[in-house]
Amino acid sequence: MDVTDNQDVFTSSWEYAEAPESQDHIQIEKRYGLFIDGKFEEPLSKKYFQTANPANDKLLSEVAEASEADVDKAVKAARNAFKKWSGLPAKERGKYIFRIARLIQERARELAVIESLDGGKPIRESRDIDIPLAANHFFYYAGWADKLDYAFPGRKVKPLGVAGQIIPWNFPLLMAAWKLAPALATGNTVVLKPAETTPLTAMKLAEIIRDSELPPGVVNIVTGAGETGASLVRHPDIDKIAFTGSTAVGKFIQKAISGTSKKLTLELGGKGANIIFEDAALDQAVEGIVDAIFFNQGHVCCAGSRLFVQESVADLVIAKLKSRLNSLFVGNPLDKNTDIGAINSKKQLETIKKYIDIGKSEGGQVYQPECNLPEHGNWCPPTLFLNVSQSHRIVQEEIFGPVLTVQTFRTIDEVIEKANNSPYGLSAGVWTDKGSKIFHLTKKLKAGVIWANTYNKFDATSPFGGYKESGFGREGGLHGLKPYIKFE
Amino acid sequence: MSRLNVNKTYKIFIGGKFPRTESGRYYSLKDKKDNFLANMCLSSRKDFRNAVVAARKAFEPWSAATALNRGQILYRLAEMLEGRKDQFTAEIHAMGSSEARARKEVEASIDRLVYYAGWSDKYQQIFSAVNPVATPHFNFSAPEPTGVVSIIAPEEHGLLGLISALAPVIVGGNTAVLLASESQPLSSISFAEIVHTSDVPAGVVNILTGSKTELLDHMASHMDVNAIIYCGNEDKEIQMIGELASENMKRTVFYRKTDWFTETAQSPYFINKTQEIKTTWHPVKI
Repeated sequence: MDVTDNQDVFTSSWEYAEAPESQDHIQIEKRYGLFIDGKFEEPLSKKYFQTANPANDKLLSEVAEASEADVDKAVKAARNAFKKWSGLPAKERGKYIFRIARLIQERARELAVIESLDGGKPIRESRDIDIPLAANHFFYYAGWADKLDYAFPGRKVKPLGVAGQIIPWNFPLLMAAWKLAPALATGNTVVLKPAETTPLTAMKLAEIIRDSELPPGVVNIVTGAGETGASLVRHPDIDKIAFTGSTAVGKFIQKAISGTSKKLTLELGGKGANIIFEDAALDQAVEGIVDAIFFNQGHVCCAGSRLFVQESVADLVIAKLKSRLNSLFVGNPLDKNTDIGAINSKKQLETIKKYIDIGKSEGGQVYQPECNLPEHGNWCPPTLFLNVSQSHRIVQEEIFGPVLTVQTFRTIDEVIEKANNSPYGLSAGVWTDKGSKIFHLTKKLKAGVIWANTYNKFDATSPFGGYKESGFGREGGLHGLKPYIKFE
Repeated sequence: MSRLNVNKTYKIFIGGKFPRTESGRYYSLKDKKDNFLANMCLSSRKDFRNAVVAARKAFEPWSAATALNRGQILYRLAEMLEGRKDQFTAEIHAMGSSEARARKEVEASIDRLVYYAGWSDKYQQIFSAVNPVATPHFNFSAPEPTGVVSIIAPEEHGLLGLISALAPVIVGGNTAVLLASESQPLSSISFAEIVHTSDVPAGVVNILTGSKTELLDHMASHMDVNAIIYCGNEDKEIQMIGELASENMKRTVFYRKTDWFTETAQSPYFINKTQEIKTTWHPVKI
């Protein structure tokens, strides 16, 4: 089959018809304060910053910038709430968390639209993945609240105290859920800092938490940028820091809290290897490659950003992949047809462009399909780099965008060595029809999450987290409880 | 004339061999009455780096050894130690413990090895899970060893402390580079002879003697070490370890104020401290 035939089928003979999600049921305030002790408050700093739609640069809202004094106020509220919250009968604690799960489900469509407006991700993803998974996470951990004795055989557990949680901009509401749900179920109180480019669903979550009648101070949400996060990390009355973000910042935090009694979990960067063997179902594998790197514009710490294809099928897989790239829709995140939305921020777009330039200057052969990119906003077409090797910077460093490097291999040992040759160890993918090969590979690959014949799947019951410089601790599942408890 | 004792030359243990420190340096160990006991190797940074190379080389095969095999090897350590109880009791006694206390330490050390030998093929079952995901996938999570582990053994109880810190690390498939107690190293380094004769593959356990202040920063900062365990209470040292460990995100484990004689000084949760959880997904629909 001449795979390039597909191109015509997908592009010229299909008329493109927009299918935008409605925005008329969405309420975004002009301005949001800080959510402290159960209510929205003006920041002591008196400062606000703007959040815009990355797909058209239009202003969406203003949110408060929490200063050190604001963070202190939030930590005090969390500390004051701790005794009562941790002393509640566990099943009652669980019921509050169930309520939050239900309220998220009730407002799921509104949350999905705001997530796409504020962060640029396709509505298909925020509607079908981010928001349902966020609700599921609360639902899952709610049930743990009164069953913790079964999670830690032979031990009685107690909460740590006040947790400071710092989350990234790639999955704003989902990351908030990953952080909050296990912390609350185990009886901790929380100060949460959303990312500065995507604060709006966290503000909606604050409304939900208020509506759930969760006792004031149990969850406090302080918006701001890096300095706000640093205030939280430095605060002496924090018992636990949970951070998701870049490895550089993760290292800074690990260093900063050294010698203190603060507990730490870090969920950091990655450079996931996605390995295609010649005996794989190749069409499925090509879909898997697309899911692995172009999901959420590649703003995914576990993205399969390093593709390894067995040499015997490399030409065929690359041809199929190029053809598939031609059929991806890049554009309006609110359009239900959209596959790749807007790059989250100008800053991130610059980073991606910088890496594309580096890739070219180091001799990589770039492939990008023809795309009609919108005039305003932040856009990057899906990008392949061929003719690259292990020493290329774009192969070694996390780009956090829709950029895939493609390498080939001959033997299993060769690809294991190449895949593990990275300071990161978050995720990997393996595509083959042979069971023993899957288990050989999944055993040898040094990564916390391994997808075999699938990629980028997530679930509230499934632990997520990295080896090596991708961080430590797990979020999700039974293993996600441990970072928030201590033994009596 | 009464017979003259043949004294042992105490050396270090790297990659299954007993070299002297490459630096040629030593420190003299004295008993409580200031009598000479032995010259100990004052290990260098280079010795530590050599030990890390040996430990890294040993990691792949040791982590791939069957759990049953690792359990039998740990049990073998206990058997060997039991057979040389008198020698270890005498060494610990020479370093200042009463004879009764010394014997108790050796016996507790043997029992600790047996305790962890028994966990070798069970902790995985305690710490793993089949996760009931809401999509058509089979999904499970299981522990795997972290890698090469630096261990700063406790200053007190040169044998029991070292074994208590070491056993949960190696039973879980990690390899280790230990710095023995500076003041009570005789039984620590003699334990290397037990390791050597118990089918522990070369490089899985490496033991250095020397100065903690000299080696600590290197053990915490080495980029090919995955985790560091520190037994002690010095706040400044703990802070320094945390700061240096952040350079390659080492897992840090601190055993503060631990009474190694108690039952609470052993736990499968200690094994878990140098394990990583790996989650594997596969579709179930065809």
